[in-house]
Amino acid sequence: MIPSRFDYVAPSTLDDAVTLLREHGGEAKVLSGGQSLIPMLKLRLAAPTVLVDIGRIDGLEYIEERDEALHIGALAREADLEQSAIVRDRYPLLYDTARVIADPIVRNSATICGNVAHGDPGNDHPATMIALDASFVLRGPNGTRTVAARDFFVGLFTTALEADEILTEVVIPAPAPRSGGAYFKLERKVGDFATAAVAAQVTLDTNGTCQRAGIGLTNVGPTPIRATNAEAFLQNKPLDAGTIAEASTLAASAAEPVADRRGTEGYKRDLIRVLTSRALTLAARRARGETSNRGR
Amino acid sequence: MSTHDITVTVNGQTHSAEVESRLLLVHFIRENLRLTGTHIGCDTSHCGACTVIVDGRPVKSCTMFAVQADGRAVRTVEGLEVAGALHPVQAGFKEEHGLQCGFCTPGMMMTATALLESNASPSEGEIRSAISGNLCRCTGYTNIVKAIQHAAATIRATKTETPARGVAAPGKAATTA
Repeated sequence: MIPSRFDYVAPSTLDDAVTLLREHGGEAKVLSGGQSLIPMLKLRLAAPTVLVDIGRIDGLEYIEERDEALHIGALAREADLEQSAIVRDRYPLLYDTARVIADPIVRNSATICGNVAHGDPGNDHPATMIALDASFVLRGPNGTRTVAARDFFVGLFTTALEADEILTEVVIPAPAPRSGGAYFKLERKVGDFATAAVAAQVTLDTNGTCQRAGIGLTNVGPTPIRATNAEAFLQNKPLDAGTIAEASTLAASAAEPVADRRGTEGYKRDLIRVLTSRALTLAARRARGETSNRGR
Repeated sequence: MSTHDITVTVNGQTHSAEVESRLLLVHFIRENLRLTGTHIGCDTSHCGACTVIVDGRPVKSCTMFAVQADGRAVRTVEGLEVAGALHPVQAGFKEEHGLQCGFCTPGMMMTATALLESNASPSEGEIRSAISGNLCRCTGYTNIVKAIQHAAATIRATKTETPARGVAAPGKAATTA
């Protein structure tokens, strides 16, 4: 399959990239890892007249902790996330997620920022970023602005990004003591989108009571869904089997799945209940230090 | 439409060409360079038949534009054999019958090669995980895993003896190492 014709430009700075996007209005698309965009171009689901390849811009591959947060640059790859010691040791939800995105070869090219900016509710990082209370740095002609993950996903393939903006960085708050997270995804085979998946991040106090819970749902609606009802319910409750079961039922009620070849609406809703239960249970065990962040 | 002058190193040899923006790397490799060992399978980034190594990492060449490879080093299946000697991965596939129809084999071997360059002693689980983006519809994967284990044993044995590359494969006993 061969894409429609387009012009290709590879600027060497972000400012030049933004200028190019502004010049071309909505006709240009940003190319980074290309693992979502290039298949869409080949299937001619997208036919931009210009591709602005940010892959030649230096200094955007970082994954580093500073100022009480993890910063992920626009060109950091999923494979880099898997290989990052900081991510493995301190951000288990992120590590869990990176390992189940697409397949290992795709992850060598695919970028975290691209996964988020694409706005596909079937992508895995959006739910993760919502659960982690992450925010995104958007660079445009008038400088940068920061948008919280929970406000970023507007509709199907629609985000808060303007046509002349680039998502240049993901910022994730450093985990408080006694925090843990986990991602559970059911997929038919490696490389498939999730039938459904759940991201959970919890912080406990010294008595084991839940101080904060973040729960994001993948591929059960037009956008990734934040299960606010379940999050609120868990506030100031012990994370035991009973409260986890109740929160899981609430999360399932927040899902808006539609039937497709991966399953019926009811099946997917119940899957969210089961996966939420598993994700919260493992997140709590990790928060208590009962299991390593890499083990299950 | 725009065209671009690119220079790509493929299997150690430098190639310069003028390419259209939309030319995919796999088409550049197969049609411009006539290196047809790299296969086009699903053409949708699922099957991995088109896997090549770009700057040390395996990528699906159906999901990368040739212009993105400008200035980079690409390795294809044709680059595995050195001076008439099979690469240990090729020898492993031969010895362990790691293929039937052979369609997935070039991509499978490039993924295996990159794996063994970063991890000379992968567990069976690590091998299966590494090749999970390469589909084979014939073998059921068992012999592919054995082939990669065979290659790993050869590479480890070679490293302890001499730094030479592309040695003949050892006997089957080595696969249990």
